[in-house]
Amino acid sequence: MANTNYEKYKSDGSVQGNVLEWFDARFPATSMWRAHLSEYYAPKNFNFLYFFGSLAILVLVIQVVTGIFLVMHYKPDASLNASGIPVAFASVEYIMRDVPWGWLIRYMHSTGASAFFIVVYMHMYRGLIYGSYRQPRELIWIFGSLIFLCLMAEAFMGYLLPWGQMSYWGAQVIVNLFSAIPLVGEPLSIWVRGDFVIGDATLNRFFSFHVIAVPLVLIGLVAAHILALHEVGSNNPDGIEIKKKKDANGIPLDGIPFHPYYTVKDIAVVVGFLIVFSIIVFFAPEGGGYFLEYNNFIPADPLKTPPHIAPVWYFTPYYSMLRAMVWPLLGLDAKFWGVVLMGAGVLVIAFLPWLDKSPVKSIRYRGPIYKGFLAAFLVSFFMLGYLGAQPPSPASEVLSQIGTLVYFAFFLAMPWYTKIDKYKPEPERVTFK
Amino acid sequence: MSNECKVDDGRRRLIFATAAVGGVGAIGALVPFLSSMLPSERAKAAGAPVEVDVSKLEPGQMMTVEWRGKPVWIINRTEEMLASLGKLTDLLVDPKCDVPQQPEYCHNETRSIKPNYMVVVGICTHLGCSPGQKFKSGTVEGMPPEWLGGFLCPCHGSTFDFAGRVFKNKPAPINLPVPPHTYLADTRILIGEDKKGA
Amino acid sequence: MKANSLKTLVLAFCFAPLAAFANTSVHLDRAPDVQGDPAALQNGAKIFVNYCLTCHGASQLRYNRLTELGLTEEQVKDNLMFTADKIGEQMKIAARPEEQKKWFGATPPDLSLIARSRASGDGSGADWLYTYLRSFYRDENRPTGWNNVIFENVGMPHVLWQLQGEQHFDHENHKLELVVPGQLSPEEYDKQIGDLVGFLVWAAEPEAGLRKKIGVGVLLFLGVLFAAAYLLKKEYWKDVH
Repeated sequence: MANTNYEKYKSDGSVQGNVLEWFDARFPATSMWRAHLSEYYAPKNFNFLYFFGSLAILVLVIQVVTGIFLVMHYKPDASLNASGIPVAFASVEYIMRDVPWGWLIRYMHSTGASAFFIVVYMHMYRGLIYGSYRQPRELIWIFGSLIFLCLMAEAFMGYLLPWGQMSYWGAQVIVNLFSAIPLVGEPLSIWVRGDFVIGDATLNRFFSFHVIAVPLVLIGLVAAHILALHEVGSNNPDGIEIKKKKDANGIPLDGIPFHPYYTVKDIAVVVGFLIVFSIIVFFAPEGGGYFLEYNNFIPADPLKTPPHIAPVWYFTPYYSMLRAMVWPLLGLDAKFWGVVLMGAGVLVIAFLPWLDKSPVKSIRYRGPIYKGFLAAFLVSFFMLGYLGAQPPSPASEVLSQIGTLVYFAFFLAMPWYTKIDKYKPEPERVTFK
Repeated sequence: MSNECKVDDGRRRLIFATAAVGGVGAIGALVPFLSSMLPSERAKAAGAPVEVDVSKLEPGQMMTVEWRGKPVWIINRTEEMLASLGKLTDLLVDPKCDVPQQPEYCHNETRSIKPNYMVVVGICTHLGCSPGQKFKSGTVEGMPPEWLGGFLCPCHGSTFDFAGRVFKNKPAPINLPVPPHTYLADTRILIGEDKKGA
Repeated sequence: MKANSLKTLVLAFCFAPLAAFANTSVHLDRAPDVQGDPAALQNGAKIFVNYCLTCHGASQLRYNRLTELGLTEEQVKDNLMFTADKIGEQMKIAARPEEQKKWFGATPPDLSLIARSRASGDGSGADWLYTYLRSFYRDENRPTGWNNVIFENVGMPHVLWQLQGEQHFDHENHKLELVVPGQLSPEEYDKQIGDLVGFLVWAAEPEAGLRKKIGVGVLLFLGVLFAAAYLLKKEYWKDVH
């Protein structure tokens, strides 16, 4: 439990000490340092899946810093310049060519967007298999789900800004989803666009949301996520509470202070991540056409849809669910239910804490039924992701319907299968080495 | 506190090494970000040297060209105008142009490469207005009787002579700057670049 | 073992659809890589300004950038700069986009990024351009008299036909054959197109060379930093039992 009543810093009489004492008397510096770092006891058995939380913060910082510098040169303007190229599109190329080092800053930002989702998907997977969403960590999980939702909004609106063909038609398709809502749909989508098509008004409002509104919410949610975590303490790969076994001083026997142990570990991990990140930024910034789509090097043309449009890779699993729904229901058309399905696919994640009825948290002590469902879930998630990037076909339609079914079955059947599954006994203490 | 006692030499060396290499990296990472705020290729192209043909500029006339977004005056000074320069010594702040408001090759009587062609940035050194022409001597243009011709800044009344030198007891502190320039041909001036040694 | 079989299953499901869905793709010839050959890139730039720049701009590229191909500013000004009078200007066309739309029915696309936008699963943008510029054939049904194998009913006529000559397309065997020879032999023509495509690749991202060079330095540096950070981690964690 975070203790905030630490003793204040006492000066040793030196000038430096006096300044620190003056500062600490007016700001919770010592207590914050101790509560969140030097006396925050984290389980010592974290494995590599636990790196991704720190890495998500790192990527957030990269995105914010590179974003600030990109805004200095980018222009959200859909009108055409003298050469007939949209100003927004040309300003991105201006950054790539004319601004000193602009290419590096832009590639960091575009690679960072994909890196963000890779890191966050891994982070979510970690929480999923070790039961990090279970009591008492439900609120951390809800904040996390909201962060995921915000991240999707942030990425989607940011993707419009280069004003290329994929930006334009991607936004066109997604904003049109709003029109599926009965009665208010059509006026709602016009309101979102501020125009009858995706246009300058849309570009400007997406810019505003992308650079300030959503990041503010995102940073607030990240702070809440971490505060909630430090209130209840971290889970670990064994899914048992280290606070149950404490020494005479009240320190968990299997806990180690976050600083210096996990800070030094995270420094090494951050450098390792930066190595992978740099390989992409410097040698493959297009990410094989997945991080920067080839068609997005063509300026937006409202009169010509590219032959094959697909969302960026991190949205494709949910995009597949949208396409999987082809049957009208209850007098509402298939398009509406596709949107509902897609939204539900994201939101259902937040309900995990109340869907899981198993007596253990970690996959290490779960039985075969859960593992079977999890494997099917992973396969269908990857399959949906793959299908979402492909042009629609009858075969892919059936496959995406099966995938969607499995995806939802994993969540919605969980109360049932976690009750009937077999479990191994949890250990008393965490497994280390 | 107890932790600090445990810091042995090996550990201290590793902390130092990591911090040193990491610090170098952090400084290195700053370079692209700070450099991105320097003028871009577009700004450089817009601020590129300007070539001016002055063959059509009659004696006593002035033309204005834009260089780096600033007005640069080129005045084809008459004998009379040049003669006025020598009579003002006592009235000017810096008659000998000791403050380097001009390239070394213009640090002379006329503040120019060729005596008649004056090239000067037409931005008042007080607060940045662009002075207007008061070329006629005497009171014809509303100037005092002893006026020999030059420029008057409309904002705060600073006055300058035909070499861009500022008069005493005016708000502008120093002479108008002479931009780097060079002659590509007899009547073709390149403003913004001086071919050193050429 | 369980984890392994799970992995295999995941992999199988990920890649099986790749084979099942692989649609009949266009065959593209591989473009030669001339990025390390300044003479080829200079030649490509020359072909570009002489044949392409009349209709297509490269409005994101500044003339002074061409000095990076080993040319001096004077050489660029004298031999390559027909549409601008300042070395810092962009490679724009003389005509305005609206006028072009009136003349051709459509605005010829700007070519600054063509080598990046034409990439696809079939091959790089360079491969597409290299194939495209060698696949024009006579087709009297088209208003321009030209058609293209990989860009059906293309709007652009075969601007380089005097160099290549005229090709005939055998639809049944999907084969092109040269029926009227041009000024250049097929090998010479391919070399010219290779240089032109090389120039377009360079023009699409002039920073690419610098990017890779800096990348090597950054990775070497991060390698050193990782070693230091890893040793530091090990040093601290030897206390954790």
